Amino acid sequence: MESHIQVKDLKVSYGKQEVLKNVNLEIPRNRITVIMGPSGCGKTTLLMTMNRFLELNEGVTIAGQVLVDGHNIYSPDVDVTEVRKRVGLLAQRPTPLPMSIFDNVSYGMYIHQMRKETIEYKQAVRHYLELAGLWDEVGKRLHDPATALSIGQQQRLCLARGLAVEPEIILGDEPTSALDPVSSAHIEHKLLELKEKYTTVVVTHTLRQAKRLADHVVFMYLGEVVEQGPAAEVFGNPREERTKQYLQGLF
Amino acid sequence: MIPPIGSSTTGATGWQPQPVALARAKSNERARKIFLGFTALPVVLILLVTLGLLIRSWPILSTYPLQDLLFGEVWKPSKMLFGLLPFITGTVWITAVGVLISVPPCLLVAIYLSEYAHDSTRSFIRPILDLLAAIPSVVFGVWGLVTIVPFVESTVMPFAKAAFPYIPFLKVDQPTGFSVLSGGLVLAVMIAPLLISVVYEVLLTVPNDLRRASLAIGATQWETIRRVLIPQVLPGIIAAVVLGASRALGETIAVLMVVGNVPQIPTSIFDAAYPLPALIANNYGEMMSIPLYDSALLGAALILLIIILIFNVLSVIVLQRVKQRKWE
Repeated sequence: MESHIQVKDLKVSYGKQEVLKNVNLEIPRNRITVIMGPSGCGKTTLLMTMNRFLELNEGVTIAGQVLVDGHNIYSPDVDVTEVRKRVGLLAQRPTPLPMSIFDNVSYGMYIHQMRKETIEYKQAVRHYLELAGLWDEVGKRLHDPATALSIGQQQRLCLARGLAVEPEIILGDEPTSALDPVSSAHIEHKLLELKEKYTTVVVTHTLRQAKRLADHVVFMYLGEVVEQGPAAEVFGNPREERTKQYLQGLF
Repeated sequence: MIPPIGSSTTGATGWQPQPVALARAKSNERARKIFLGFTALPVVLILLVTLGLLIRSWPILSTYPLQDLLFGEVWKPSKMLFGLLPFITGTVWITAVGVLISVPPCLLVAIYLSEYAHDSTRSFIRPILDLLAAIPSVVFGVWGLVTIVPFVESTVMPFAKAAFPYIPFLKVDQPTGFSVLSGGLVLAVMIAPLLISVVYEVLLTVPNDLRRASLAIGATQWETIRRVLIPQVLPGIIAAVVLGASRALGETIAVLMVVGNVPQIPTSIFDAAYPLPALIANNYGEMMSIPLYDSALLGAALILLIIILIFNVLSVIVLQRVKQRKWE
């Protein structure tokens, strides 16, 4: 299987504390890869290296490479806004921007100057709201403030906003942990639908969600990748003792 | 009657207050009341000051028509003319010019500190701003006298005279640099630390998630600031400006030293002016034999106090709303 993202010898530390120790990964194209592990294992840190969000924190040192389509996104010639355009992020807590529903979706297209005419923006906003499964609920009140939506709707709006800049990769940082079960199911369902077109990497700490979503699994523990492989193998027949223990719920 | 220790008058032994506990409760209550008393002092003081000014200015308020006091253009106490309009307009002019000059750069500084600066830069700049705020007013006045006034007189005024001879607010009609502009420049520097720190704190109330939501789709920091942060904190910025204005309104000594103190209604930033605080500070205690003079000055103080109270209360209300806003 062709890999879309490769992580090579990645080391991350906050000050003197090493949080990722020499991580090497292959993330397959157009599949859902789930990064799982107990809290504090570095899974969110790893995810945040993939859209260069980690460097927003002060005192972080990042060494090694993250390659998207074979190109290191940390090389000096890379434009960080282009990285973040191609690698979208669905955050843990839905965060609508303080503007209307319409403007939330068109914001990214607007700043990247992806459209010209107003009509094109309107069509695109509708398209991405449909893609995120939100159009039926908000189509008639696009100019209401986005904060008036329910939390579950807000998260789908954030999905639409991310999709609107036409990324290749979607990162999900525990994207359902703030949602109720119905809204969570909605988001999971969308991610499964979208994987035909997007490479998806999701961090989760719930094993059941990992099993529902994953085509490919990365298991991390204490800043190291313990095991990675196709979901069936990792869940059905883990090679490592620590993976087995984690799957049995021992830690 | 208090039962002796160890005795049980009801079923639940040991749970009733014992004599020692009663004494402790009493001293606790006494402490609470003392603290409360001192905490209530500011409220009482504001009321007392307002009341005192009202009583002392009552002779003029009750005999002199209020509209002549507020809108009279002539101040000649010896002729029983107490028009405060020149002083009120002077105050408004100087404050407005000071705020207008101060706000734009202060916004840039506050945004830089909160959005771009490293922790090390922040911890270097913030104490310096505190230091700026701690410079005594009279020092700013002297600084204004020796640098700002000559600068306005020798550089700004000739330039304005040549460049915009017909623009109303920029006309040069008088020879010296003692002017609204000089007062405004000095004020601008004096209110800067307050403006910067209030705007900075308002920006801190914006959760990082919001910045990251914008950055996550490839927005630059500037786009995030312009399209997400500034619209979000605009009420807070306005409140900061109002707070800065209320500080500027009452500033006395530094302004008094550079504005010329001519009781006229200014029509240009290059005119001399005579703000209310300067009027009070310069004249109270002198020529008190003139009837109603003392009362008129305290009436001016009352007007100033009321204006500042309104500004303060407004900005505090807005700021509290901004800080308590739900960001969901």
